[in-house]
Amino acid sequence: MSQYYTATDHFVLLPAILLALFGCATLLFDFLIFPEAKQRRWLLVFLVLGEAFAGVAFWRQQSFLLEHGGNLTAFRGALVIDHYALFFHWLFLAATLITGLISYRYLEVRDEHHGEYYGLLMLAQTGMYFLASGTELVTLFVGLETMAITFYILVGFLRADRRSNEAALKYLILGSLSSGFLVYGFSVLYGISGSTRLSEIAAAVAARDAWDPVLVLAVGTAGAGLMFKIAAAPFHMWAPDAYEGAPTMITGYLATASKAASFALLLRLFVGPLGPARESWEPLLAAVAVLSMTIGNLAAVTQTNTKRLLAYSSISHAGYILLGLVAGSPTGIKGVLVYLLVYTFMTLGAFLVLTSLARQGMAGDDINDLRGLMKRAPGHALWMLVFMVSLAGIPPTAGFLGKFYIFWGLIETGHYTLAVIGAVYAVVAIYYYFRIVKAVFVEPEEAEAGPLTVSLGTRVGLAVTGALTLLVGVYPEPVLRLAQMSISR
Amino acid sequence: MNFYLLTLIKMALTALVLLTCCAYAVWVERKVLAHIQLRPGPYRVGPHGLLQPLADLIKLLTKEGIVPSYANPFFYLLAPFLAVALALTAIVVIPFTPEFELFGVRTAIGLTDLNIGILFLLALSSLGVYGIAIGGWASNNKYSLMGSLRSSAQMVSYELPLAMAIVSPLLLVNTLNLREIVELQNGFHFGLLPKWNVFASPVPQALGFVIFLIAAFAETNRVPFDLPEAESELVAGFHTEYSSMMFASFFMAEYANIITICCVATVLFLGGWHPLWPAEYGSDLVPVVLLAAAGLMLLFHAAQAARRRKWDRFTFPVFGVLLLGLAPVFLIPVLKPVLIPFFWFVAKAGFLVFVFIWIRGTLPRYRYDQLMRFAWTFLFPLSLANLLVTGLVVALAG
Amino acid sequence: MTETVFFYCFAALAVAGAILTVTMRNAVHCAISLIASLGGVAGLYLMLHAEFLFAVQIVLYIGGIMVLFLFVIMLVNLEAAARERQFHRSWVGGLLCAGGTGAMLAWFWLRGAGTLRLPPAVQPTPREGGNVESLAMVLFRDYLVPFELASLLLLVAIVGGVMMAKKRI
Repeated sequence: MSQYYTATDHFVLLPAILLALFGCATLLFDFLIFPEAKQRRWLLVFLVLGEAFAGVAFWRQQSFLLEHGGNLTAFRGALVIDHYALFFHWLFLAATLITGLISYRYLEVRDEHHGEYYGLLMLAQTGMYFLASGTELVTLFVGLETMAITFYILVGFLRADRRSNEAALKYLILGSLSSGFLVYGFSVLYGISGSTRLSEIAAAVAARDAWDPVLVLAVGTAGAGLMFKIAAAPFHMWAPDAYEGAPTMITGYLATASKAASFALLLRLFVGPLGPARESWEPLLAAVAVLSMTIGNLAAVTQTNTKRLLAYSSISHAGYILLGLVAGSPTGIKGVLVYLLVYTFMTLGAFLVLTSLARQGMAGDDINDLRGLMKRAPGHALWMLVFMVSLAGIPPTAGFLGKFYIFWGLIETGHYTLAVIGAVYAVVAIYYYFRIVKAVFVEPEEAEAGPLTVSLGTRVGLAVTGALTLLVGVYPEPVLRLAQMSISR
Repeated sequence: MNFYLLTLIKMALTALVLLTCCAYAVWVERKVLAHIQLRPGPYRVGPHGLLQPLADLIKLLTKEGIVPSYANPFFYLLAPFLAVALALTAIVVIPFTPEFELFGVRTAIGLTDLNIGILFLLALSSLGVYGIAIGGWASNNKYSLMGSLRSSAQMVSYELPLAMAIVSPLLLVNTLNLREIVELQNGFHFGLLPKWNVFASPVPQALGFVIFLIAAFAETNRVPFDLPEAESELVAGFHTEYSSMMFASFFMAEYANIITICCVATVLFLGGWHPLWPAEYGSDLVPVVLLAAAGLMLLFHAAQAARRRKWDRFTFPVFGVLLLGLAPVFLIPVLKPVLIPFFWFVAKAGFLVFVFIWIRGTLPRYRYDQLMRFAWTFLFPLSLANLLVTGLVVALAG
Repeated sequence: MTETVFFYCFAALAVAGAILTVTMRNAVHCAISLIASLGGVAGLYLMLHAEFLFAVQIVLYIGGIMVLFLFVIMLVNLEAAARERQFHRSWVGGLLCAGGTGAMLAWFWLRGAGTLRLPPAVQPTPREGGNVESLAMVLFRDYLVPFELASLLLLVAIVGGVMMAKKRI
């Protein structure tokens, strides 16, 4: 430890170091000791161990914060550990772990089971760590790019599948474009404040008028870049194609962890330093949110591919979450966090069911592939029902809780029109979610499809996501407390 | 004296000397190779072929310059210009002597004193590949293209170990200025062993020096790494289509590169102008003794009837007397602070040039895949390890 | 005066190179134009007394990355692509988009220029090896985290490149 790397720095950075180390170790051990495709299941041990170690490090950070209060800044204000960051860290950890656990059967069936997969998952989580904990523009940007590049690779992981290749290429090109926007906005922010630290940017922004042209330029470009990343309309073009082409569990990971990480950055920026300029960005965000809900919900109605359908549904969910930010009151922000948490579990769960449908030579992502799931695997069918009900936002599931807090926040701050629009689209959403339910329960089974082979990882993942979706719906108290703690600084 | 005037004079002198050196490096190379292979080498033009470079120059100047009809004329002509311009530019940052005062003017041999000298050299050497790459592509000939592809891959690959090898001594001296690098290698261990970077005190850079030399062979496309112009496979490589002065430019660029890189090795690893042993033990007398001995030897041979050829009757005594006359110049006190360091610098760089030729006469050529594997799986990790060890020791010692 | 002339020379080189990069038909000409453009930017760095950045720009971008670009372009036969018309239909739309964005940016900057608060430029002190040392302090102290993270980013990109390109892994 020196003056450039203190004990505090180490304590704060440790989880990221562990994740990166285990990720690199996976890359190494993959070709050193597990040359056979069948043996690569053992690499899961690295993933679980890495997440366990990172979890312990997060736990120590959390207990430190609970004991001493406040937050821990490190590296001269480049990183911070507070309850807000930890909330997201736990979320990323759970999403990565579940995605890793359910993957091996799908990858083996699609003949692309490579050890890099597990390493990349952990490296993606490392990138997310810096998105949630970074408080300095360069760190945030490099973290975002680390995550994004990992996702470009993971989306194109089915190398023999043309759809996967196309998805990866589209995601890469549009993602790079959006990064360009984002970094342009960051550069203007730097120009405004003369510093890349968020604390100093906050001071500079507060000293300016909300409609200051340069400030509007910065907010507009950085916001546009972030809207790309969370797949909100009108920057959603990449999402359906990327979601459809990617391996199914990666679609789930992309829809949850990547989106949550981008939201972590979005909230950190817009609630923190850009907060004083709320007057200028609030109408913009509201417009984006309404557009996302419109496009997402209306386009989802006509989809025949389940992954595309869920892609449009995730666009509309991004719109709902943005509404919480538009409300801006503590209830609204709390709603955003709660919504992100429950959205992560229910969406991951839905994609998990889709993942297990994959068979030799086919992805199983058409809505017809879900037919007769009730007969083939009743457990899966029932969990799917839970996830769909939750995604539609019907009580007593967790999805209702998220929507409830968002709408409460909107009404509390007087955004009645937005609340009504959101409620109307929630009704539209019920239609297409129940098309899936109908396929699962009502429509007859296809002739050749036998009973589903289900891996142990899938069982565990389903149990966790499903139980959480139900449990949070009926007993929301701990989640609410967690969210409350995260937003109180 | 006026800064601009002084610089102009120095530039003219440097260009003249460097170009002459390039021309005579060819002569030396042919002579040394010939003697390695037990034949006399150039002998016809002038005494012992000494005027051969001049004859070559006249030949190349008067040849017809051909641009192939399907070649891209602009890039075809740009390539040799680029190659030679970049190669000749690199010499400007090399400091040949310490600063001295002569006739009231304070100056040094060497054109500029950039504070990022090393980086400037690296930049120029990395640009050098373009002359070859563009030339091979613009010729519109498959052998040329193959040659230029090989060369760009080779030069990019070997630039890494080269740069890594350069960084290690930089860690010891902690500056990027070439003059300061040399000045910091002043002094002797135990009053005898020079404190050059090859013998530096916490971590001797001998390994770095060897890596640097190997990478330098590849960077200058010399045997055993002269794949770009492997005549048995690629006719003449990237310059197959070139003739006349355009060919001469490539040729000149190659030799200028060799001379520059030998100078860089001297500056970085061999202590620049610092003598091999302390002046108390008579290192200042080395040039005098060497010149006198050479002169006496020539006179002795001139007197021997048996070995005499037609020209030798005149040239041996003339050159002998010239060398004998030159020897005492190194004893003049006013000129001593210039000439002695300059002698040591030239001696070291000249020895390295000799090594380049020596190796060409001794080693066979690598196969292409061997060349690449050698760079990436052996030389690069080795240079990295060298850098890590050096960095660790420097950090612990400091 | 000389500085201004040099500035406009380098800026013209950078801009002209960039325009030629996207308009030239032959891929090799595009790459060489891009090299010229990068060279212009390197010159601008030099004028800002950022000698280290200048050298790194040349060593890495011009001497490293662009060589590989050229290498790949020369290896892959792009004759067919060069003969096709690449700009039909879409260039009017592209021009409109670019013009619109440019006008918007210009409007913002005309209204808001002069309100930027940039930190004063670090003046190079001749004794300390130019600005190399101050750059090292910035990289290894102030921006240590992103600097180290960037290595992870590159590792990920390498793994991805190998994965996508290799037939058997």
